[in-house]
Amino acid sequence: MADTVALEREHMDIVIVGHVDHGKSTVIGRLMADTGSLPEGKLEQVKAMCLANSRPFEYAFLLDALQNEQAQGITIDTARCFFKTAKRHYIINDAPGHIEFLKNMVTGAARAQAALLVIDAEEGIQENSKRHGYMVSMLGLKQIAVLVNKMDLVDYSEKTFERIKTEYTAFLDQLGVHPSAFIPIAAREGVNITGRSELMPWYSGNTVLGQVDAFIRPSENLDKLFRMPVQDIYKFTAGGDDRRIVAGTILTGRIKVGDGVVFQPSGKESVIKSIEAFSAPERTQMEAGYATGFQLTTQIYIKPGELMCRKGDPAPHVRRRFRTNLFWMGRPPMVMDKEYKLKIGSTQVGVALAEMNQVLDASELGTVLNKQQVDRHDVAECVLETTRPIAFDLRNDVEPTGRFVIVDEFEIAGCGIILEAMDDSGSLLSAHIRDREFHWERGSVTVDERTKRSKNAGKLIILHGPYGCGKRRIAKHLERALFDRGNLSYYFGISNFFEELDHDVHTRNIGRERHLDKLGDLSRVIVDTGTLLITTITDADDFDLEKLNLLNAPSKVFVVNVGDNTFGSFKVDVELSYRPDEDEAAEKVIAELKRQGILTD
Amino acid sequence: MNQLDQLESKSVHILREAYREFKSLCMLWSIGKDSTVMLWLARKAFFGHVPFPLVHIDTAYKMPEMIEYRDKFAREWRLNMVVGQNKAQLASGVTFPNGKLTRIECCRALKSEALKHTLSGEWDRLRMNHTTGQYELDTNREPYTGVIVGVRSDEEGSRSKERYFSPRDKHNDWDVDDQPPELWSQYKTAFAPGTHVRIHPLLDWTELNLWEYIEREKIPVVDLYFDQGQEKRYRSLGCGPCTTPVDSTSKTVAEIVAEIRTGKFANIAERSGRAQDKEDGGGLETLRRDGYM
Repeated sequence: MADTVALEREHMDIVIVGHVDHGKSTVIGRLMADTGSLPEGKLEQVKAMCLANSRPFEYAFLLDALQNEQAQGITIDTARCFFKTAKRHYIINDAPGHIEFLKNMVTGAARAQAALLVIDAEEGIQENSKRHGYMVSMLGLKQIAVLVNKMDLVDYSEKTFERIKTEYTAFLDQLGVHPSAFIPIAAREGVNITGRSELMPWYSGNTVLGQVDAFIRPSENLDKLFRMPVQDIYKFTAGGDDRRIVAGTILTGRIKVGDGVVFQPSGKESVIKSIEAFSAPERTQMEAGYATGFQLTTQIYIKPGELMCRKGDPAPHVRRRFRTNLFWMGRPPMVMDKEYKLKIGSTQVGVALAEMNQVLDASELGTVLNKQQVDRHDVAECVLETTRPIAFDLRNDVEPTGRFVIVDEFEIAGCGIILEAMDDSGSLLSAHIRDREFHWERGSVTVDERTKRSKNAGKLIILHGPYGCGKRRIAKHLERALFDRGNLSYYFGISNFFEELDHDVHTRNIGRERHLDKLGDLSRVIVDTGTLLITTITDADDFDLEKLNLLNAPSKVFVVNVGDNTFGSFKVDVELSYRPDEDEAAEKVIAELKRQGILTD
Repeated sequence: MNQLDQLESKSVHILREAYREFKSLCMLWSIGKDSTVMLWLARKAFFGHVPFPLVHIDTAYKMPEMIEYRDKFAREWRLNMVVGQNKAQLASGVTFPNGKLTRIECCRALKSEALKHTLSGEWDRLRMNHTTGQYELDTNREPYTGVIVGVRSDEEGSRSKERYFSPRDKHNDWDVDDQPPELWSQYKTAFAPGTHVRIHPLLDWTELNLWEYIEREKIPVVDLYFDQGQEKRYRSLGCGPCTTPVDSTSKTVAEIVAEIRTGKFANIAERSGRAQDKEDGGGLETLRRDGYM
């Protein structure tokens, strides 16, 4: 079948980086033209445009297809060019060399499996030659070829080439990067691009084209641990579809029907029942790279954002604190005491800069200590703390689950790799509680005196359950029942607000977290007045309730679950059925409150 | 995993990301092969379902076969089909086919403007009622904040700079000089009020990939792409007055694949039959900034 040609054909993404004006676009233009990769229409179009603007044709113009770019003469964004050799098809990402556009360079480099780094033979190694070298290594690119360009301007001097090679090799050594090749070229003249030149008889290595074809496609991460961020849980009911599908893209490893799986951070477990697909042959095994979906044998309650792992495999870390190397692209610096959003896998969570260790000056590779913020284009080694535990691996163990981006307001402003999982006990939350309790000054009325008067101890009573389970109705009924029997009860009606937050995907995690913190601090005060504070929460997990417990210390929360119990190891105090009778519900809760000695009569 | 599998998985991942993050999401369906493949990929991503509306901007000059095809599959696949149009402009008769506008001005009025106001909900949207099979006024006027579009980076210069998730400001403008970074499958999914994000699941596909995929998946496409015996076929579909067929005897998907891979079209730009591209010095850049697809 004709199709096999396409299916066997290899393809690869390559990024070309380097300092501004060192000739990246010319290298690509030349590569495309010399390999016959230009569509006829394109070359004619660019030539016609050059003619109209009275400019001599240059290969670089092929890439500068945008009007404003041609006016400025520099590459602003990553442009993508398609070119082909006998061996494979390539996408070349032309990354801008100007420092203003570093975030675009990052975008281009992150897509690639190999990099060409261009250095101007006459100008030598410049700031961005080093910075780009650093970025390429941080982004995980392991194959780099260094092109020493404009050799025509230095009379094709071997000495100049060797000097740059020695100096740049020393720099890359510090990063642990070992380039595949150094190639002397003159892109404008087409020297050593696709064919060897007699101008440099002293050079016997590959041409650029030869080197590009010599790059190896990195393996597909098939032999690593199985990791799949849960992107979403689907239950489309149209047309009588009753499947509940856990969907995501497998980052590493393989999985098959019948395998046990563990979801982190919840720790919930199940077994793969089937691999789901639309209009595709049935499969019993899936592997890294595929966007897929599974049905499980049990109806466990998990949320998008969890990391699906194979049972029995080494588990990922589940922590709130970790040490990272972080690169900042945002205009405003990253500062302490501000909440950002961290995205790792399919998780989004609030994050703060907890400790600054050092800032690396990428161009000189010097270090700056005692800096308290991360400025634009800095690479910082620092400790981050998320508002709730996340599942991750160390970058050196499983690369795709060991890297993250940070969002400031609406923009991706930083990216980083995880070096070490840290102990959570030094967290900002525990520091806050220690601080709060240390400064807590007691009044003259004791807890016992209050309990004697109202016949109850103070307590935060949470009614938890899904939308429409009747928890608000029960909560108000309970408030009345307790009040009528002489206790001090108060219904705190903020669930509407929480539900609003739950509906908005962008505030779902972060806004919710913040309001749970507030509820925790507030209930600490009200419980101390000897009040039975009753409230409702939708869709909480173990961590939410454990956090409320921490914030309520020395008291603990009293949890009434309505409907299916979706918690992992967290033990609730009372279980009620979905939409229970209010009198029976209140009776059951009151009985348990009595049993625990919270109601003293 | 072959190349088509890789392209498919990446697109599916992007579609699922969009569906999770955007509450008011739609997909533009031009009825051409690109967005039809994209629609197929949505069915892949959501296991046979398409959980968001498909929006078609009807310039009233589209070839009738396209509209027939649209409604046939909207019914068959039970799509949430929404149609928008610049009714006032068409009523006034000021268009290129009437000799009163240049091609570019006509595109701007019938496509860019219609799209902008349909997405924002300011102009009427018609929605297919699957009980009657007819279009009726859509009561939902909520602006779409996520718009899935089938552009490819190999089409022409300006598109090679696009992101998978590409923000548009309050005026629908694309700031090509200041685009968000994209790495490690993390995209711009947060946006300021009043702005929206265009989502491009097909960015990495080439024309050849699309036809190979259409062949592999047996995706139904409009007959206009095939030679019906006149030794002519359309390679790219648009409005009747501005799109010319190419000389070709390809009658099947396999023949088209061969023609693009190694045959007469291996080195000829796909949009060569689209007249409006040639009027604008920088390709479609001017129109793109104004929200053209």
